[in-house]
Amino acid sequence: MCLGVPGKITDIYEAEGLKMGRVDFGGTQREACLAYVPEAIVGDYTVIHVGFAISLLSEEEANATLDTLREMVNIEEEIGPEK
Amino acid sequence: MKYVTEYRDAELVQSTLREIGRVVTRPWVIMEICGGQTHSIVRHGLDQLLPPEIELVHGPGCPVCVTPLELIDKALNIAARPNVIFASYGDMLRVPGSGRDLFAVRADGGDVRVVYSPLDAVKIAQANPDKEVVFFAIGFETTAPANAMSVLQARSLGLTNYSVLVSHVCVPPAMHAILSSPHNRVQGFLAAGHVNAVMGYWQYPAIAARYHVPIVVTGFEPLDVATGILAVVRQLEEGRAAAENAYGRAVTYEGNRPAQQVIEQVFEVRDRQWRGVGPIPASGWGLRPAFAAFDAETRFDVGEIHTQESPVCIAGQILQGLKKPHDCPAFGTECTPESPLGATMVSSEGACAAYYRYGRHLENYELGVMN
Ligand code: SF4
Repeated sequence: MCLGVPGKITDIYEAEGLKMGRVDFGGTQREACLAYVPEAIVGDYTVIHVGFAISLLSEEEANATLDTLREMVNIEEEIGPEK
Repeated sequence: MKYVTEYRDAELVQSTLREIGRVVTRPWVIMEICGGQTHSIVRHGLDQLLPPEIELVHGPGCPVCVTPLELIDKALNIAARPNVIFASYGDMLRVPGSGRDLFAVRADGGDVRVVYSPLDAVKIAQANPDKEVVFFAIGFETTAPANAMSVLQARSLGLTNYSVLVSHVCVPPAMHAILSSPHNRVQGFLAAGHVNAVMGYWQYPAIAARYHVPIVVTGFEPLDVATGILAVVRQLEEGRAAAENAYGRAVTYEGNRPAQQVIEQVFEVRDRQWRGVGPIPASGWGLRPAFAAFDAETRFDVGEIHTQESPVCIAGQILQGLKKPHDCPAFGTECTPESPLGATMVSSEGACAAYYRYGRHLENYELGVMN
């Protein structure tokens, strides 16, 4: 229940007074409540927990993390593997 | 899949693990708080690929595991009533109460339904005005925004047949309890990324400073976990103890403000009993008095509950990082996912279930980052 999954918002609408949306998880579509990500727009990636979006994923931060790690790999290649 | 495949890149995981090997100079004990991370670690064999200096211990962050036995027994009592539709997250159905579980109640004719979201439980209440619909609102800070919203939604729809059986627990009080225990072995924490997606991590610098432990907000994919461990080990080796964020794509320092506001509106802080662990002061949430009409505990008088825990189960020690599942004599023999003796064998987030599922009861298990 805590293993939230990232998905892409494909549609946004209102139902029973709540901001809702359709979210695509690599081919599987699900409805989710978007009330906690009021700034969300179609195309955003979000983490869904028990049917609720709890956070929008930041592309900038994602790239920054990966860049740092890839840099580490490059340095490793330059200096050669350990031992 | 975007935001998933990149974080399963075997080569990046391997090089992060090698970097950990370069940085580490002595033994360290690190706890991953979240059962979802335990699952990821065991599934991908990360614990076995780490340098031998690093021991990972599994924390209490499995909501199904720590939901108190007394509350499970209450749930069983309420769910068995003829006028009740009992809605629950699927993992709760097989959790053993004192004697039976929700599956058994359903087999005996109880109307027990699995829902994916608490809003589905609200819909069931709308569709069944002549029934009492009770939702088993359990979980950590990750499910609290959803559970709280279901109460607000029921109120705004004017539903009088919806109530919640609340068992909410919070991570920071559990960290305090673990760190202040005389038996504590934990020297650094991987914090549960999705709890922080909701709550932020502004509560952590004070904990890191008070107990001098590094706390690193960590995600769930193998690369996230490896990166989190690397950040903790770097701090430990440098003698630092800070709160850091290694899951920046999903977590901010402040967390999700709208979600926090709704939690604050619906819930108030309560002392909570943790199954196997015991009482922890101010460690969870219950409904505020303003929402008493939605509280299943006051709506249904269940009389006196006499709980009885399995005498062989050592789940409590496992949840505190003191023991591992295969230290339990019943593991894989008397206790299996099909007939669990304790809650940690039920949920995929439970350490016993993860060990069982990925063959840690066998002599030979497969290693491999990718599967
Ligand atoms: S293996 Fe079963 S009995 Fe043993 S600690 Fe785990 S849940 Fe309890």
